[in-house]
Amino acid sequence: MPVLELKNISKTYDNVTKALQDVSITVEEGEFVSIIGPSGAGKSTLLRSVNRLVDATQGAIILDGQDITHVRGKELRRVRTKTGMIFQHYNLVNRLSVIENVLHGRLGHKSAVSGAFGFYTESEKEQAFFILERLGLTEQAYKRCDELSGGQKQRVGIARALMQEPKLILCDEPIASLDPNASRIIMDYLSDINKSMKITCLLNLHQVDVAVKYSERIIGLTAGRVTYDGPAQKLDRKMIYEIYQSHEGQLITDMKE
Amino acid sequence: MEKRRTNEILLFQKRKLVFTAAAAVVILLYGMASFVTEYDTLLGLSSFPKAFKWIIVNMVPNAKALERLPNILKKLTETALLSVAVTVCAAICAFFFALLGSKTTRVNPVLAGSVRVVAAFFRNVPDVVWAILLMFSFGQNVLTGFFAMFLTTFGLLTRTFIETIDEVSNDCVEALHAAGANYMQTVFQGILPSSISEVITWILFMIETNIRSSTLIGILTGTGIGYLFDLYYKRLDYPSASLVVMSIVILVILLETISGGIRKVIL
Ligand SMILES: Nc1ncnc2c1ncn2[C@@H]1O[C@H](COP(=O)(O)OP(=O)(O)O)[C@@H](O)[C@H]1O
Ligand SMILES: [Mg+2]
Repeated sequence: MPVLELKNISKTYDNVTKALQDVSITVEEGEFVSIIGPSGAGKSTLLRSVNRLVDATQGAIILDGQDITHVRGKELRRVRTKTGMIFQHYNLVNRLSVIENVLHGRLGHKSAVSGAFGFYTESEKEQAFFILERLGLTEQAYKRCDELSGGQKQRVGIARALMQEPKLILCDEPIASLDPNASRIIMDYLSDINKSMKITCLLNLHQVDVAVKYSERIIGLTAGRVTYDGPAQKLDRKMIYEIYQSHEGQLITDMKE
Repeated sequence: MEKRRTNEILLFQKRKLVFTAAAAVVILLYGMASFVTEYDTLLGLSSFPKAFKWIIVNMVPNAKALERLPNILKKLTETALLSVAVTVCAAICAFFFALLGSKTTRVNPVLAGSVRVVAAFFRNVPDVVWAILLMFSFGQNVLTGFFAMFLTTFGLLTRTFIETIDEVSNDCVEALHAAGANYMQTVFQGILPSSISEVITWILFMIETNIRSSTLIGILTGTGIGYLFDLYYKRLDYPSASLVVMSIVILVILLETISGGIRKVIL
């Protein structure tokens, strides 16, 4: 059974901007899929429609066998716990400690009051420390997030997502604000999570070489439409030019040869 | 190259022109205002020494004034506590209204718009005017002062809190929603911790402001330290009146120092 099925999704902002047009994608359990495409192609919109931060104008979203296109309220919260999200700008609560931010991953599972006042159970705390250890953040647990480096912040973001015990992790340009070394560490962690914990990963990336290196499957998105969907190995130069709507010699990746 | 030089010269000429024009306008306005109000600049300046002398002779606290110090301090504490109470109440209400008014946390756009309008209305009517208006319904009473300061403080803090919330919490609110958090959880786990130090800074500032304005309002409503000032002043007991003013000044400076310390700790 696929973890995620997007059926003919379209999204139009303010009745003018067609961010997505008739996008259909199926993601199987355990896959590591990267979406590439130029800025403004609709990558972020696509990811956000999966956890309903953005409501698609048309089409259906089937997550884990359930049609979630129109779920609301409590049910929407429950559905959202199944998808962890990682952001380009980490989106942590900077004034809170690392451990508190990680525990935020439990909010969707908790009652409104105990979540609001930050009452977590012992087992939740244990799990949070276990995840922090796994991501090499044990020493940072009680630091405030604004004291961390970018790479560390993103690891807190990953920890928060893992705390949800998600089926699927959505990453919106997870390494776009990081230096090459931190980028590699983050990508290695994501890849490791995918392999050892069998969590499906759907990423937006704008570095084609990174996408090819880490993912089995790549989806090319151009002006709101899927222009490529297949194995990473089969993505040739010609396809890349087509996805980015450019000609030979214009892309920064061309400079290597 | 030539062209760039000319452009540069033109730019600086333009700057100079603007400054000259601005200076001319200020001088002209000053002249006109003096003419209309029949204000004589030289007379104004020359009366400074005389005014100072009068202040020194009449306003220095004497022994009799110092006898009144316990009473003054009692009223001062009363006024200070009232200001603290008003500000804290207004701040709590303002924070919840700001949630309704902020782009990230509003429940509905129409409600958000009305919150902004209501806040603007309360804020833009000076607290003294509120006090005068409220005197009709509450009479000369502590409540009048309380509500007058409450309304302006509430209006001002609602607006600043809306800005703080807008600025501070866009990203983390999105992340918390993505994790399945509900409204209340996002507010207490995301927005409140992100904005708390700005909120406290503003509360401290408004406490200072309210102590100052409660003096003025007290004169109107016959309560607190303002009442004492009015009393001594009307009895022509200037030394005591000036002791009142001095005690207020010292209190405000003290508060500023303390709140500076608090700010350092929380930021
Ligand atoms: N909240 C929004 N309101 C209006 N237009 C938007 C909004 N978010 C994105 N868009 C528009 O939708 C298109 C796709 O944006 P996005 O999904 O962010 O692309 P990408 O992530 O691939 O850069 C862009 O043209 C963008 O301007
Ligand atoms: Mg994007």
